[in-house]
Amino acid sequence: MKSDNFLKLWVGLFVLAFFAYLFGPLILMSVTAFNSSAFPRVAPWECFSVEWFNVLVQDDKLMHGLRNSLIIGAGVVLIAVPIGLAGALMLTQVSARVRPIYYTIVISPILVPGVVLGISTLIFWDRLGSMFGAEYDSFFYDGIFLTIIGQSTFIAAYAMLVFISRLQRFDPALEEAALDLGATHVQTFRKVLLPFLKPAVGSAAVLAFLASFENYNTTVFTIVSESTLTTVLASKVRYGINPSISALAVIIVALTLLGAVIYEIMQRRELAAEKAAAKVAADAETAGVATTTPVATRASKAGAFADPAVFIVLLVFAAGLGTVYFAGTYGLEECKVRVAEQKRALTKKRVKERQTLEMFKGAAPSEDTGAAGGGQPKIEAKGTEGYRGIFDPGNLEGQVESEKNGKVEAKGTEGYRGIFDPGNLEGQVDSSEQQ
Amino acid sequence: MSANVELDDVWIRFGDFVAARDVNITIEGGEFFSFLGPSGCGKTTILRAVSGFLAPSQGHVRIGGQDMAGIGPNKRPTALIFQNLALFPLMTVWENISFSLEVRGAGKAERRKKADELLELIALPGQGDKFVNELSGGQRQRVAIARALAAEPKVLLLDEPLSALDLKLRQHMRTELRSIQQQVGITFIYITHDQGEALTMSDHVAVMSAGVIEQVGGGTNVYDHPESAFVASFVGENNLFSGKVSKVSADRATVETNVGNLTAATPKRSNGAKLKRGDDAYVFIRPESLKFANGSNSFDNTIKARIVQQEFEGNLWQVFLDAAQGKHIKMSMVNDGQSLGYDSGSEVALGFPSELAVALPRGPLAAE
Repeated sequence: MKSDNFLKLWVGLFVLAFFAYLFGPLILMSVTAFNSSAFPRVAPWECFSVEWFNVLVQDDKLMHGLRNSLIIGAGVVLIAVPIGLAGALMLTQVSARVRPIYYTIVISPILVPGVVLGISTLIFWDRLGSMFGAEYDSFFYDGIFLTIIGQSTFIAAYAMLVFISRLQRFDPALEEAALDLGATHVQTFRKVLLPFLKPAVGSAAVLAFLASFENYNTTVFTIVSESTLTTVLASKVRYGINPSISALAVIIVALTLLGAVIYEIMQRRELAAEKAAAKVAADAETAGVATTTPVATRASKAGAFADPAVFIVLLVFAAGLGTVYFAGTYGLEECKVRVAEQKRALTKKRVKERQTLEMFKGAAPSEDTGAAGGGQPKIEAKGTEGYRGIFDPGNLEGQVESEKNGKVEAKGTEGYRGIFDPGNLEGQVDSSEQQ
Repeated sequence: MSANVELDDVWIRFGDFVAARDVNITIEGGEFFSFLGPSGCGKTTILRAVSGFLAPSQGHVRIGGQDMAGIGPNKRPTALIFQNLALFPLMTVWENISFSLEVRGAGKAERRKKADELLELIALPGQGDKFVNELSGGQRQRVAIARALAAEPKVLLLDEPLSALDLKLRQHMRTELRSIQQQVGITFIYITHDQGEALTMSDHVAVMSAGVIEQVGGGTNVYDHPESAFVASFVGENNLFSGKVSKVSADRATVETNVGNLTAATPKRSNGAKLKRGDDAYVFIRPESLKFANGSNSFDNTIKARIVQQEFEGNLWQVFLDAAQGKHIKMSMVNDGQSLGYDSGSEVALGFPSELAVALPRGPLAAE
């Protein structure tokens, strides 16, 4: 009995650790999106703010990348889903002997590294373009076109897997029944097979879109001079990030959650309808062969109780969004002033401490020389630093750097520079990218 | 509205395997025709050749006199009822029934009207808006029939459609199928391994074994006058005695068996072959043709046996006996309200008239 409880405790701890490992980074990142601090972090907590969402929306590069990602995603869906469907249907048509070989061939793009697909797509279309003597602004060299083509090569295989698993549950007798009743092959496909595959078409489209949206290693080659969300993000990480990236993550996580909840509700509704139908059939069985009482159809029954659920979820989601946005803007300025006040006080205290220290030590270098201020010895800055190149954008970077080290630079003038203005940061990102 | 179906020298091969061998059958327009045989005998293959899902390797399928070679299943005047029914799960009952009209481009009002008419015929009025999974097994069965009839076929093909139903429902559906067939008056071709179904419903039965048609005839003909050992052992129950032919007359043969000499009728066989003296032969006698021989009756065949067990089945007594050399014999007697008059362990004499027994050349038997 005792060891049983002990085991339960361990299992509980393991589950807890597992979920912490799984969701910890996501939660932490989401929290940083609401901290007004210029660097994504949880502690020290400054002000609850949604300003990073505004920064995100105003980031033209990111928005341009997002637009391209959406276009490419849509293009990949339009190409990969039909190809995947055709591939899966072909698999049901080839003879049993050829099937394993065919399967291996069509599945192989998934096994080939994305980098290789990217490079080969680039080279192939470049060669083709130069063979036709195409200009550099033709589609042979268009990043969006190449990325759609390149990604579709392996995403079509994903889509095919979705269709194959659905087709395995298809009763081929249904097709024969349709033919036998006089339908042409096209009619059979449209009226019998396609309605059956409809859920799979939806899943394959979502899967294809997501796979395209998050793809980096193929895209980074095929995108050429254009950019997608992932390539912009990657370059941002390389040149220093701010919490607007966290804000993007929050949006994506929220959308995913919303999608999952809606999917779950639909799933339950389907299940409930199935059960209701089985019950009706059982009733019909017991009521004898000729029951004449008309009953509500499956669709109307299911629709009556499931639609409010979806509606409520959407309502809660919208309400939560509104609350967070309101809370993030209300009283933000006061809070910021307060935090700035505190920082200034802290800085003054430190400056004072150091001045006292230096008075005793004379001209000896301070203890944080080299750590802060981009390697500038603090001793040099004493007395004159306030007037030196305050409009140089490079200054700001130095400041961020210093914050990263968790130290506030010992400059007596920063209070006048409005360092917590998000607009500053944008300038800073631009400046860092220009370098 | 009905059409006859001719199978002319039809062979169907899958690689080295011969699923149907030299099939020659003419099915008259408007009749209820059954193919009866154990599973794997090729009866479904023949049905698929008639409906157009596979082409015979050799020979011709003619429907209403027209050769069907090169004509797809969607162009043939046939409709097939599948073993698993193959109703469309994503359509309502009325959409299922009117599918054949939909693919011909009929308007919704017309389709609905036709569906309601057929729902009336199959005694399911007002059920058109249900989905198929909301119906019971028997109701699905009827919907499948209605869907096939909506296509207005000249020939309706049924591939063991009752096999999934329970016994009561199956017996009910037999009568119903027969009455629907008489109402619509089209040719029904029915595939089954259940001799009860075949015998009760059909005008004619073709008994098949291993791709070969063993015998074609009316139900009583097939049951009473089997032409091969397979038919005699597959259709109904039979006691079998093997031995050598010792004497042959015009329509009788005497076979020396280990329970004594038995004389039996020799049926006229369609291939014209006759038993000769010295041939290996089987004598078949039905359990219900056996009687106890006592002073009040006399038979031209008698067998001495000992009663092992008696089973009472209400309308029948089943009596199990052992004859010489451990030969098992079964006899059935109608329960006429009197007791059998014998106890288990009694030595009795069984008798039967030679015209109720058949003597056939030795050949493959139906598996138990």
